[in-house]
Amino acid sequence: MSAEKATMNVIVDTGCANLSSVKFAVERLGFQVIITDDIETIKKAKKVILPGVGTAKHAMANIRAKGLVETLQNLTQPVLGFCLGMQLMCNSSLESSEGEKVECLGIIDTDIVPLNAKNNRLPHMGWNTLTSMTDHPVFNGINIGDYFYFVHSFAAPISEYTAAVCKYGSEFSAAITKNNFIGCQFHPERSSELGSKIIKNFLKLDSTEILTS
Amino acid sequence: MLAKRIIPCLDVRDGKVVKGIQFRNHEIIGDIVPLAQKYAQAGADELVFYDITASADDRVVDKSWVSRIAEVIDIPFCVAGGIKTERDAKEILMMGADKISINSPALRDPDLITRLADVFGQQCIVVGIDSFYDKETGLYQVYQFTGDETRTQQTKWTTFDWIKEVQQRGAGEIVLNCMNQDGVRQGYDIEQLQKARAVCNVPLIASGGAGEISHFSDVFKQADVDGALAASVFHKGIIEMNELKQTLKSQNIEIRLC
Repeated sequence: MSAEKATMNVIVDTGCANLSSVKFAVERLGFQVIITDDIETIKKAKKVILPGVGTAKHAMANIRAKGLVETLQNLTQPVLGFCLGMQLMCNSSLESSEGEKVECLGIIDTDIVPLNAKNNRLPHMGWNTLTSMTDHPVFNGINIGDYFYFVHSFAAPISEYTAAVCKYGSEFSAAITKNNFIGCQFHPERSSELGSKIIKNFLKLDSTEILTS
Repeated sequence: MLAKRIIPCLDVRDGKVVKGIQFRNHEIIGDIVPLAQKYAQAGADELVFYDITASADDRVVDKSWVSRIAEVIDIPFCVAGGIKTERDAKEILMMGADKISINSPALRDPDLITRLADVFGQQCIVVGIDSFYDKETGLYQVYQFTGDETRTQQTKWTTFDWIKEVQQRGAGEIVLNCMNQDGVRQGYDIEQLQKARAVCNVPLIASGGAGEISHFSDVFKQADVDGALAASVFHKGIIEMNELKQTLKSQNIEIRLC
């Protein structure tokens, strides 16, 4: 059992709601994956997916209650965050009903702030295009102008960690990366074939490709 | 640029997709999962599944089909019908729905919107509004329990007041069903949607009346809605998704082509 788990892809059970849609998206691609909050299983996983919808406050409370903070911070295998999962990788988020700053995992040194949509309506909900991206291997086969599904009102600003850019009123990070961590603000699991391509790129990734970059 | 969304709506009764005229006389269109798959592959931007019997029958949607859809669909989908509590919402979201839409339960307990938004985030809380234009009074009135004609009733709310109220309470998106137009394919209610747009700062989805491609371009150009929802034109093959999207794109409407 443990030997099998050592080669497993895992989805971290953050107590958030979109776990099964992420699991189904991985399984549609022919990969096996388990949803777990077991520390040892996560540590040993081949690849780790950190999903999330809802509020940072709620998700971080779940992660703390499950004792997963240090485990997630110290992962060395490739980790892919989706939407709130990406935001949790950052230092903090201003998204909470009371407006106070929520401390996040602090893996990537940037902060989640309200999206400056200018005259556009919020939430930023629907299919939008990437306006630029780095050569990170998860973007193999993805082109500028490709549409992905976004649902959010807060975002990571453009920074040295930006791996892809989207514009909605102003530019923000559609993806951020640091070492073995990469997070997408959009939902690859709900972005049709191109989203599946990103998930597939991630699952097929040779971890040395990003660990040395 | 953010694309305008084309959203096929699948009205569900007893596990089958149905469609009636002005919310009445439902006929069976087909099984849920293959239809959902067909629309996702054809280029739909999102799907809405609306259990039209749930609120009226005072029961929660039969949930097993939600995860069957989530297994095969790689675009976002929303589930509506009889979601009355945080627990109902959690179950449906856990099975893979991206959003939940509430209608009659929000009218009965407006604070439900706030509670759901606090737990799950504003982005996945859609409020559906069934609006009827009363020609005699000249008022747009909100109706509830529209899934069952014996229980359908007018509420105390006028449509635009309710649109303002649900936004204050945390709705992340509003679907405005214009009941006079529903199922008759004579075009969206542009005038009503323009008025709704003026008071709606969250995404607004037009529903009711789509009959031909020009109705979609009219509603995007004239009412600036974020998405257009339609059922019978897709179910009956009157409008083909790719042709619709190509035509809208050629008219400089921002559209995701597949």
